[in-house]
Amino acid sequence: MVDHVLRATPDMAAAAAPAGRAGDFAGPSGPRPRRAFSRRNIFIYGTLAVVAIYYLLPLYVMVVTSLKGMPEIRLGNIFSPPMEITFEPWVKAWSSACTGLNCDGLSRGFWNSVRITVPSVFLSIAIASVNGYALANWRFKGADIFFTILVIGAFIPYQVMLYPIVIVLREIGLYGSLWGLVLVHCIFGMPILTLLFRNYFASLPEELFKAARVDGAGFWTIYLRIMLPMSLPIFVVAIILQVTGIWNDFLFGVVYTKPDTYPMTVQLNNIVNAVQGVKEYNVNMAATLLTGLVPLVIYFVSGKLFVRGIAAGAVKG
Amino acid sequence: MTSVVVRDVSLNFGAFDVLKALNLNVPEGEFLVLLGPSGCGKSTLLNCIAGLLDVSEGQIFINGKNVTWEEPKDRGIGMVFQSYALYPQMTVEGNLSFGLKTAGMAKDEIASRVARAAEILQIEPLLKRKPAALSGGQRQRVAIGRALVRDVDVFLFDEPLSNLDAKLRSELRVEIKRLHQKLANTMIYVTHDQIEAMTLADRIAVMKGGVIQQLDAPQVIYNRPVNRFVAGFLGSPGMNFLDGEVEAGSKPAFAVAGARIPLDRYGFDGKATGGKAVFGIRPEHVAIGEAAGAMPFATDAAVEIVEPMGSDTLVWTRLGGQSFAFRVEAERQLHSGDRLRIGFDPARASLFDGQSGNRI
Repeated sequence: MVDHVLRATPDMAAAAAPAGRAGDFAGPSGPRPRRAFSRRNIFIYGTLAVVAIYYLLPLYVMVVTSLKGMPEIRLGNIFSPPMEITFEPWVKAWSSACTGLNCDGLSRGFWNSVRITVPSVFLSIAIASVNGYALANWRFKGADIFFTILVIGAFIPYQVMLYPIVIVLREIGLYGSLWGLVLVHCIFGMPILTLLFRNYFASLPEELFKAARVDGAGFWTIYLRIMLPMSLPIFVVAIILQVTGIWNDFLFGVVYTKPDTYPMTVQLNNIVNAVQGVKEYNVNMAATLLTGLVPLVIYFVSGKLFVRGIAAGAVKG
Repeated sequence: MTSVVVRDVSLNFGAFDVLKALNLNVPEGEFLVLLGPSGCGKSTLLNCIAGLLDVSEGQIFINGKNVTWEEPKDRGIGMVFQSYALYPQMTVEGNLSFGLKTAGMAKDEIASRVARAAEILQIEPLLKRKPAALSGGQRQRVAIGRALVRDVDVFLFDEPLSNLDAKLRSELRVEIKRLHQKLANTMIYVTHDQIEAMTLADRIAVMKGGVIQQLDAPQVIYNRPVNRFVAGFLGSPGMNFLDGEVEAGSKPAFAVAGARIPLDRYGFDGKATGGKAVFGIRPEHVAIGEAAGAMPFATDAAVEIVEPMGSDTLVWTRLGGQSFAFRVEAERQLHSGDRLRIGFDPARASLFDGQSGNRI
């Protein structure tokens, strides 16, 4: 529209001006031409390519190594593609690599991690979203103090609390069990998740909440019928944060569980850092890739929603 | 019968008083407009009546029932918000029926109420749409419908037209007035737009600093404002104010640099007393040319700025060294530098005390 008006102006001016001056309108017109191989483009794409290669190279080495047999690895050409592709290391890493006395591979750790991650993610998000909703919309007495304490909790280093929590878990009889670890993950996820949800709910229009109250909806009705359906992006963000955080956790896993209930990360460490026998690099690489697969898949599947959710939460708060 | 009674209501956030011992009686079927600048407490008062904010002190009665501690849903009110506040994930029908479903009403009763509201507001074709697929005017109509289906006695409007463009605003203004005539409910309407207030209200409450300054019919508020704030807030273009002095005596007059305005026709609130004062006269009460000569007060003025508004033209000049505006019909061609005679009848003016700003 604007474009159209701008282009029309010279014609109108030309019509009004003496015929001899029409030549004044010669020269550049329309979009400025751009060269594909300008210095600027070469610099931008060159930098991007270098950075991409820098980050992808280790992944390439891992994938390639995991597909080689041990004799080929001993040749020392870590960058060369495998001459003979074998999936033996992957099978071994999954089902028969030894950690301590167990020789059933990473599969045990994988299922332990699933049993830890699923309830931890579900519980922590369920509780934190209600927390955030209450803090943002129902300004109860002491809400500010409660929130301050929660936020301070996010800044206390985990190491300080390791031992006290061991005692607490022992006293309530959960030490060494999967549920003990689930509880720990829920507690440590609470500050940041509550902050996330509070800010998101605070960014929703307050009048919506008021309208629902005039319509007679109570605490839970508003949460379930009004707020939840509007919060898909922030739930996706929370799920990604929690799944990757809990799946990748090593510290809590090694402290609060027993060898039978070790999560995948702890088991991976035990496989890779085994001091006895030959170092099976291909098995180690395969095991590491297997462990990293879950967060990787999550990122690829939900990357777009993740960015949308982060942006939505950042608008206000 | 009185529909809404606000008795000695105060509200403070910490040390900040938003409402100060406020009293208000709204008779049944009245259209009351709360008018004031941002931060005057008008929306806060509405939220208190709705039950969305707890009052610090005082009582609120709706239909003779003390609802001070009641939940919003139990107060017999419907509310319309500035941002429409429609539930985005529900259809128009879902929006209208949400409150009724929450209250556990029978399905056929809900359907008949939704149908009736949709018919009154002419939104039947929109019932299956989501709010995102509606225009601003349609959304606000749905929001009004949500209050309508509740079948309540008192409607509360919180700046419902402020988010709309000027044309839609004037259209919906007429529709709200029509709705009020049809339903004859009590309506309390918050706005900062004086045109909305003047056109809609049976009575206007002009608020400032958590206190009602004046509560009266629109014409009275416009013509006999109780203080300088009210006088300046209503009217566009605003009232002319001249600083000067009242000379009391048998023939009182208002003295401003280079001019003496006789006040013997002005209706003083009490006895005329001398001292610093502000003389206010609305631009449309100023006559020019021959008509000016017939006025009790007339003087010569030089045109400074001419603002043609289409329907009429606003002319800026100086009187007693102070800025002074008056209206002339649009056909009149005036230019900067023209000299002409202007005059007015002080009986139509307002005088305010120089210190307190109250009408004298």
